[in-house]
Amino acid sequence: MAVTADWQRSAYIAGQAADARVNVELEAEGMTLNLGPQHPATHGTLRIVVRLDGEQVVWAEPVAGYMHRGYEKLAEVRTYPQVTTLVNRIDWLGSFCNEVPFILAAEELMGIEAPPRAQWIRTILFEMGRMANIILFLGDMGVQLGAITPVFYAFRDREHVLNLIEAATGGRFHPNYDRIGGLKEDLPRGWVDEAKTAMGKVREFCDELDDLLMGNEIFQERCRGIGVIPPAVGLAYGLSGANIRASGVDWDIRRDEDSPLAWKHCDWKVWTHPDGDSFARYWVRLQETREAARIVDQLLDGLPPGSIQAKVPRIIKVPAGEAWCHTENPLGEMGYYVVSKGGLGPFRVKIRTPSFNNVSIVPWVLRGVYVPDVITILASLYFILGDIDR
Amino acid sequence: MSSAPEPPEGDHAREELADALRQGLGDGVIGSEVARGDLWVRVRPTAWRAAAELCKAELGLDYFCFLSGLDWLDNPALSGEKVWDPDAGPGDGTAGDGDGTPGDGAGAAADAGWATGVAGGASRFQVLARLYSTDRHLGVTLKADLDEADPRVDTWTAVYAGADWHEREAWEMYGFTFDGHPGLRHMYLPGEFEGHPMRKDFPLLAREVKPWPGLVDVEAMPGEDEAAAEEGEG
Repeated sequence: MAVTADWQRSAYIAGQAADARVNVELEAEGMTLNLGPQHPATHGTLRIVVRLDGEQVVWAEPVAGYMHRGYEKLAEVRTYPQVTTLVNRIDWLGSFCNEVPFILAAEELMGIEAPPRAQWIRTILFEMGRMANIILFLGDMGVQLGAITPVFYAFRDREHVLNLIEAATGGRFHPNYDRIGGLKEDLPRGWVDEAKTAMGKVREFCDELDDLLMGNEIFQERCRGIGVIPPAVGLAYGLSGANIRASGVDWDIRRDEDSPLAWKHCDWKVWTHPDGDSFARYWVRLQETREAARIVDQLLDGLPPGSIQAKVPRIIKVPAGEAWCHTENPLGEMGYYVVSKGGLGPFRVKIRTPSFNNVSIVPWVLRGVYVPDVITILASLYFILGDIDR
Repeated sequence: MSSAPEPPEGDHAREELADALRQGLGDGVIGSEVARGDLWVRVRPTAWRAAAELCKAELGLDYFCFLSGLDWLDNPALSGEKVWDPDAGPGDGTAGDGDGTPGDGAGAAADAGWATGVAGGASRFQVLARLYSTDRHLGVTLKADLDEADPRVDTWTAVYAGADWHEREAWEMYGFTFDGHPGLRHMYLPGEFEGHPMRKDFPLLAREVKPWPGLVDVEAMPGEDEAAAEEGEG
């Protein structure tokens, strides 16, 4: 290498550094930081490799697969009723919500429908799954940013909802309660009144968090303007649920798609936020929890009497065909593409999980942010490992 | 589909969408079907990339839902057929498909050992992807037949950035190659893994080792007999 003057060398280094910021391929010497697989911000075992230039991320790559369980393959050797046991474990915080779209897809292919009471109870438990899931997020986001208290409140108040789910289904986390054509059993006596009390508790929790976190200057400082996702980019990456509504896209499958479930009988609102930053994502989820309590309240009031199980053959065979069924799950759009050849079990099940797409945007959104904001962004995108790896 | 009858304008809009694809791609579209309030369009693999571009730029399908693969190879052990039937005797694993041969309604293709899906198919492998318009609330499932010996198709990553991970998954699970993909590497499986697990000829070892149902012929766990005996007495 030719001897160069000092000023030439500094000009060269400055040029390289400038290039590194605009072009990942030309990155200057940096440091590689391994986040996880056991980092608290990863909710399980997602590993994120970030390449740093000083305090700034120039490149990030999530590494999934530490928990892949092969449900798509396993579903091919299960009967239809057995598949719900598998899919319970996808998003383990809102398990019941995973069962519903699969059962709906099977019902669609069979051309049967559950009676109204079953649909209403499904919707109630679906929204309770949403609450159990998002309440934990609302507390967890705080703890990731250094506010310890909210997460204890979250664990405390989530119990109200989990107790109800347990009372109705027998399982706190894995209800396995939905059946083709109906439900496992009816609600226990006194459940409706208890559920109403619990909804009040959930609302109180939301108000508490509103005070504790949303109004907190440090929290706002850490979240506002961090990890902004424009709507077009988010949609191209397949972001769904609160993540895309926080970018101003007014889309909610519960409202926009025709579903046999009972949302259409309720009066509720889909919240959006124009900012698209971490704060917006938190805000939208908080409102969503309130709306879920509102939906459940209305459904409890109007719960129709009658049977909870449609007439189905003892041995369930699903006619040949293909069906796509999706619902608005706590984490976003969850769907099953079910291919049947007329047997006792599915020929192929493609499980479309929201977190897989929600995390695929991480390399894009982390580019150029500072290290502490990595945690904010990961927390606000909100993913569940079982939901990425399936 | 559900009971709630699909509004006719919904199906009408779906037909229009299929027509728009047919106009934009010419003979790139091989088949389409509107059924149960949903739309399927099968395109030639050469038109796969163009279909995505058309959908995004002109048809307003802004949301990328998923991309995956299908393997139509007939393997009764892994086709939702060889599963436990309570009416069948133990050991009769294939009793599930008593009502006919696998691939009912598949027509001539069944003879060749595979069935075709909705909107048809002429090869063992198909790539399928779903796009959606968050504005018009209209979705389409696109399919393309891939060559069995060398399944390959153009990447969508430049059109829908979210296709990146889904294509990596289809690459490792089905062995599809996506031309132009920036980095086809393992998504879930370890780097030295051989084979494509979601293909129908890839055995599920757990089932090979212990036939389903494990329930009737499984050996008792140590101590299980006594536990059962105690229960009986109590």
